[in-house]
Amino acid sequence: MSTQSVLFDAPGPKARRRILILNIIGALIFLGLIAYLIYGLYGAGQLTPEKWNVFATGSVWTNFILPGLIKTLQSAAISIVTSLIFGFIFGMGRLSHNKFLNWISTIVVEFFRAVPVLLMMLFLWIMLANSGWVQPQDSPFFAVVIGLTLYNGSVVAELIRSGVHGLPKGQREAGIAIGLTRTQSLSFIEIPQALTAMLPALISQFIVILKDSALGYIINFNELLFMSKLVGTGNSNTFQSLVIAAAIFIILNFALSKLASYVSGRLSSRGIA
Amino acid sequence: MEGYLSLWDEYGARIMESFWANLQLTFWAFLISLVLGTLLAIMRISPIPSLRAFGTAYVNIFRNTPLTIIMAFGVLVLFGVFKLQISSDFNLNFFQIAIIGLSIYHAAFFCEAIRSGVNTVPLGQAEAARAIGLSFLPAAQLVILPQAFRGAIVPMGNVLIALIKNTTVALAGSVAEISGLMKTMIEFRADQGFLIFLTVALMFVVIVVPIGLLVTWLSKKLAVAR
Repeated sequence: MSTQSVLFDAPGPKARRRILILNIIGALIFLGLIAYLIYGLYGAGQLTPEKWNVFATGSVWTNFILPGLIKTLQSAAISIVTSLIFGFIFGMGRLSHNKFLNWISTIVVEFFRAVPVLLMMLFLWIMLANSGWVQPQDSPFFAVVIGLTLYNGSVVAELIRSGVHGLPKGQREAGIAIGLTRTQSLSFIEIPQALTAMLPALISQFIVILKDSALGYIINFNELLFMSKLVGTGNSNTFQSLVIAAAIFIILNFALSKLASYVSGRLSSRGIA
Repeated sequence: MEGYLSLWDEYGARIMESFWANLQLTFWAFLISLVLGTLLAIMRISPIPSLRAFGTAYVNIFRNTPLTIIMAFGVLVLFGVFKLQISSDFNLNFFQIAIIGLSIYHAAFFCEAIRSGVNTVPLGQAEAARAIGLSFLPAAQLVILPQAFRGAIVPMGNVLIALIKNTTVALAGSVAEISGLMKTMIEFRADQGFLIFLTVALMFVVIVVPIGLLVTWLSKKLAVAR
């Protein structure tokens, strides 16, 4: 944490005492808040064993939470791959010197970055179910994956574009000098380097994908949040099951964000980013 | 085309009303989360370990929770289980719970945006502030944060844009806003589905793209000359 040394000196005896006192006051306030929360939950009967016991049984996990989690991970993983492909294609388009390609890619990328993902999902969900292109029961899944791909693919396209712009000019010149076309130089020399430099930002985007897959709840996609709600309605412990779902998401995303900062540390020690 | 125009006759007023709800959600959640995010950012850069730990825990928890869960929590748990009544008006109650949910979620992002702005302030500024005898809070208030906000315009603008788009998630919190209306409209008028989507999508483009341009312009205009 480089920021912390910016704002204050190594404290002297007086400041140390003041910090200690404030530290204890702060800790007491937060412990008080937590105690108040627990007391309130207890008073409302939300901490009774009956409300939580169901999570100690295997059937809740094997019938609801794990299948939901698998759907979440599945839709997120597929969306990550398709977003990368989408981003690669439109990133190339935005870097293209062909006016028409450049123009089309700019409109596509700017449009899908400005439109809420939920709107795309709702639209795709109803239209896919009506169109008969997919089985009606599969339309939430396709709506989630396509919606996530269009938005996050556009973000990836922008990442690739800014990554390529950040590269030294000599990379492209060297590519041209050994006889590659501009497209070849982009796809074999510049974009691989841009992707490496942008890897931490890419991983952060994967967190967005994982989180946004929970939007599927709204269009009846049987992902983690949707299944947890079912558990909550079935056992009248909605509070507890949503807490469990949130905890699973937090753990997964926290791990991904740690991976992003690890990768970014590795890259900076290699002098890439 | 006629079918599309008849749609406006039927739904025009409700479209405007619903989109106005999204803009109101944006306005209130922006104000509250900006204040909350600033407080969290101050906590995270302060010399007091317990405040730092609280700030870090808050950011890690709420940045990693899907907004959909927070919104569903508002309506299913805060209202459904704990019978939270901020307002006696049924719809207004959901609206206010949604504002709280959006604010709690985006405060974590504003905090991180402001913290990244603090990183742009050169060390010499803080040293100079200390040299003229300012302690932590006056230094933060008079020297560091004014520069940090100007350095954080682009990340804060990105959070604002995300917030505008995320107001549609209030649908999960039972708020009558534009994405719910769009769903109803497409269900009733599937023949016009694509145009309905395009209309609502363009309403967001019209709001979001100028804000993006404004943010870029502001970030250049307000950049701290160094």
